[in-house]
Amino acid sequence: MNLSGMSPGDTAWILAATALVLVMTPGLAFFYGGMVRAKSVLNMMMMSFITIGIVSFLWVAYGWAEAFGNGSSSIVGIIGWSHLGSEVNQLGSNGAVLTIPTLVFSAFQLMFAIITPALISGAIADRAKFMTWGIFVALWVTLVYFPVAHWVFDFGGTTSKGAGWLAALGVEDFAGGSAVHINAGAAGLALALVLGKRVGWKRDPMRPHNIPLVMIGAGLLWFGWFGFNAGSALAANGQSALAFMNTQVATAAGVLGWCLIEKLRDGKATSLGGASGAVAGLVAITPACAFIAPWAAILLGVLVGMVCAYTVGLKYKLGFDDSLDVVGVHMIGGIVGCLFIGFFGTAFTTSNIDGKTSFTWGVKGLFYGGGGTLLGHQAIGAFSVLAYSFTVTYILGWVLEKTIGFRVAEEVEIDGIDLGEHGETGYDWSTMGGTFGGRSTVSVGSGSAHMDEEVPA
Amino acid sequence: MKLVTAVIKPFKLDDVKTALEAFGVHGMTVSEASGYGRQRGHTEVYRGAEYTVDLVPKVRLEVLVDDGDAADVIDVVVKAAQTGRIGDGKVWSVPVETVVRVRTGERGPEAL
Repeated sequence: MNLSGMSPGDTAWILAATALVLVMTPGLAFFYGGMVRAKSVLNMMMMSFITIGIVSFLWVAYGWAEAFGNGSSSIVGIIGWSHLGSEVNQLGSNGAVLTIPTLVFSAFQLMFAIITPALISGAIADRAKFMTWGIFVALWVTLVYFPVAHWVFDFGGTTSKGAGWLAALGVEDFAGGSAVHINAGAAGLALALVLGKRVGWKRDPMRPHNIPLVMIGAGLLWFGWFGFNAGSALAANGQSALAFMNTQVATAAGVLGWCLIEKLRDGKATSLGGASGAVAGLVAITPACAFIAPWAAILLGVLVGMVCAYTVGLKYKLGFDDSLDVVGVHMIGGIVGCLFIGFFGTAFTTSNIDGKTSFTWGVKGLFYGGGGTLLGHQAIGAFSVLAYSFTVTYILGWVLEKTIGFRVAEEVEIDGIDLGEHGETGYDWSTMGGTFGGRSTVSVGSGSAHMDEEVPA
Repeated sequence: MKLVTAVIKPFKLDDVKTALEAFGVHGMTVSEASGYGRQRGHTEVYRGAEYTVDLVPKVRLEVLVDDGDAADVIDVVVKAAQTGRIGDGKVWSVPVETVVRVRTGERGPEAL
């Protein structure tokens, strides 16, 4: 295989889409960072940033092979090194030969592998040891994300040999409602249970310290999500156009759905509600974006915005501290989106690049006369990923907590995890420009910042 | 000399300042404060969870005046800060023993 069938248009779009998906993770850092208290904003944001570092490295080492290696297993790709450098002159293949280089496909998929564990961090805000979080991320992508990506996203080579078992079954998940969102949500639930509630949860007000930061984050997520969803067509064609339009309208409808519930229930539509509604809409349209019509995408967006405005309250009733609602938004939103395809999914046709041939995709759901088969497949896809992710994550989190410890000391949590785990504070609160009551101790290369001792300047 | 202290609604600060300047008071110290009286706090809702905020933002304004002016200054502040609604704040005065102008060393009423 060489690059003779490469489409420069498709390749250019997926390169751009890859960068768009990357920006979702710093966007998530803002989204989450604004929602925690001022004393833990840096730790919250760093949990996302360190994930970019760790997963990029593991992907090039063995992650790509484990998720998309051309083996013969329906559970996992190839256990071994990725050998990514040897594929510079190859086209990617995922059920058929793609029109983009393998390295572009691989880079695109890497960004998905980064944001999925980063999403989990919201469930354990303010209280996870940073070193243990890093180790958790490395083990979690190895044991959970890479295999699950194979289940859902790997359609095998041109012969479908070694396709993931959910992909082979016919589960429709265009951009990762199950592999990314249900996966991260179930893992978040498991970790929230393992680590326990924050000190003072429900008693102390833990209101978001910076809503404008949350809005910036939601905006960046929305922007980057076009790459996530429309890029998942792995081409610039009618399918990516459908995914793009559906992403926009479902997200817009999510904002409206959440705000409507707030207005009716609480009396006022809030900024945090608008931002959360957008993310709920984005989550739900992720699996469905190329399988439903735009009018159905609006319906899905309103529905999920309204549903998630209620499910974020479940943690108070059930008593688990999923701090930033990874379960209420990502797990529930992912399930809603995956199952919705079973009802409103339908088939589409678009022309190939030659203008003469065309290709058709999608299966008819319950409301299009396709019976309950697709809905059954969607349920299997959603709940098998949920069960696997929850179980493995719970065991992994429990082992880490019992061995090296996952939760910080109570003192660190109360004083602020930014100071305890990073030796930094997010904001300079002093009104005198930081020179009043403090002293500069510039000591380059001394290793770490000293909190207690002061050296005269 | 007396120290007149007023805790008022933040949006009334401009009115009070203007009124005091018109009366002839040309210096004051203003700081942000928070507290509550009969107004109590308010509630905020984030993702459906209610948070009760006890302390309401206020402005604290302090003016040093001559003994004879204190009652008038209090009247000026009350008139300018009043909305008639709950949470308008309070004004009080206390005697001051010594005042020194740092730049010149002047003491007593000359330092005002």
